[in-house]
Amino acid sequence: MSDTPIDRVAKATPPSVAGKIRGLSDRTIAWLFVAPTIFLLLAVNIFPLMWTINLSFTNFRANRPNREVDYVGLRNYERILTDGDIWLTMQATAHFLFWTIVLQVLIGFALAWLINRKFKGNDLWTTLIVLPMMLSPAVVGNFWTFLYQPQIGLFNYGISFLTEADPSSFQMIGDVALAPWSIVIVDTWMWTPFVMLICLAGLRSIPDYIYEAAEIDRASKWRQFWTITVPMVLPFLMLAVLFRGIENFKMFDLVVQLTGGGPGSVTELTSINLKREAFEKWRTGYASAYAIILFVTVFGLASIYVKALNKVKER
Amino acid sequence: MSSYSITEPSSRQKWAAGTLVIVYAVITLLPLVWILTTGFKSPVDAIAYPPKVLFEPSLEGYVNLFTTRTRVTPEQLESLPPPASWYEQIVRNRDMVIAGPSRYGERFLNSVIIGFGSTFLSVFLGTLAAYAFSRFKVPMKDDLLFFILSTRMMPPIAVAIPIFLMFRTLGLSDTHLGMILLYTAVNISLAVWLLKGFIDEIPREYEEAALIDGYTRFQAFYKVVLPQAATGIASTAIFCLIFSWNEYAFAVLLTSGTAQTAPPFIPTIIGVGGQDWPAVAAGATLFLVPVMVFTILLRKHLLRGITFGAVRK
Repeated sequence: MSDTPIDRVAKATPPSVAGKIRGLSDRTIAWLFVAPTIFLLLAVNIFPLMWTINLSFTNFRANRPNREVDYVGLRNYERILTDGDIWLTMQATAHFLFWTIVLQVLIGFALAWLINRKFKGNDLWTTLIVLPMMLSPAVVGNFWTFLYQPQIGLFNYGISFLTEADPSSFQMIGDVALAPWSIVIVDTWMWTPFVMLICLAGLRSIPDYIYEAAEIDRASKWRQFWTITVPMVLPFLMLAVLFRGIENFKMFDLVVQLTGGGPGSVTELTSINLKREAFEKWRTGYASAYAIILFVTVFGLASIYVKALNKVKER
Repeated sequence: MSSYSITEPSSRQKWAAGTLVIVYAVITLLPLVWILTTGFKSPVDAIAYPPKVLFEPSLEGYVNLFTTRTRVTPEQLESLPPPASWYEQIVRNRDMVIAGPSRYGERFLNSVIIGFGSTFLSVFLGTLAAYAFSRFKVPMKDDLLFFILSTRMMPPIAVAIPIFLMFRTLGLSDTHLGMILLYTAVNISLAVWLLKGFIDEIPREYEEAALIDGYTRFQAFYKVVLPQAATGIASTAIFCLIFSWNEYAFAVLLTSGTAQTAPPFIPTIIGVGGQDWPAVAAGATLFLVPVMVFTILLRKHLLRGITFGAVRK
């Protein structure tokens, strides 16, 4: 960089001194700039969170705001943790989380690896593949119910084309055994590109000379893949899993439009269950305790995971 | 020289990889192509078996999307004056007359107002906060940044309970202002994190030179830093816009009439005996295509946006 006298003076002047030369002090500006954001988050996030904590100790019902409110201590928490239905909901969520993450990691990584072969036009195809994840999950999820229709649905037709099964012989959404897979399929369709993009960034961050050195040492391609590619992409992959894990733990819009939690409650994920308790049964106090338990779970799991991620990064 | 590099894949490998990726892309884009084409199908073609790839295009889906219709008897139809427009003709072919406009236009407009309103606010506040976090010693900086991010971990339904009560008390239920404030609060974490990354990349020397030239901090901020950060601000804005545009959980719980956006509305478009799929597809097309265009424009910054700035290419 050229070192003009101006640059030299600029570098020699600490920003704090420069700020005092004229106008508001840096401290005032920093405060003025940060305060609105913090205020907004306090008002729309923290205050409601405190309110939820408070409600979680009561038997308040939002559809009867004028009824007398009793503090019931930890009873809501006790009831949730001993409720068998909630554990079924948790199982449905675990099934959804586990399989979406496994499928998205496998397909996403494979795609990224293929795109990184740098064939002609790979940028164009990458952009096209990414499209589904940017779209409104509710609108797309609703349309998937059309693709999943027995007989006339494109998905059923495609499966019958490949397997010669009768396209009206199975219902993805209406069948108790298939419905949990129907939401896994759509979520995987939507979010595999997300994992792919992050893996691709990981693959591109590996410098060529490492492979060149391995080649000189006559390491096989297979060995190079497991000792260079995988460990170096791992931090990226773990980050992708973190994002997908948090997002899918909160999953609501896509699944509510696809199956509405049904048939019965086999696809009733925690967020859908929570919505029923809070906005259909109007058990506000109970639902608040439920919300707090969910938040603590996500926050706790995410913190443990981030610690693990940092360990992997340090290696 | 690079073509002789030992790390460069062979042309056979490239060809195989390209074919597999293209096959995946075609399969994954089929549902989207299906949305676009179903919008131009007649109701009969839309539910044909086997699914129709070639069909006679029809605008019936789009007409049904924007109108409400009532059925009339053939005698009544006879007695009416000839249709004044092509869309009336389409409706009359089904023994119906147009009763009035549908709600789709309003819902779409709500999406635009709330989307742009919240985007403007979150980018405005986000830029200020990001600049302060990037350039000044803010007390407890890391804690504040983490706090801003952690607000994203709450399931929307969990926050919706107190927000619902709060909005009811303040008279913000089902209002544009309420939704704009709410979406701003959700988007601001993304805006601050992304913009901080973009502003971190602008060399401090530029502003310091400006300060020496007699600019105040404030002037240096908007005359030097803002123009440099323009691309970053623009792509952050598009990310915020797409988020507000797509949001469903808060919209469905907190709005019902005046401020309802398009995502909760589109799935409720029904015709005779169930959902009117060509109309749903038409509504979805108009709603999704702008996002597709923005995605293509954003492709260079996509990774940054979806990871809150954690991964930069």
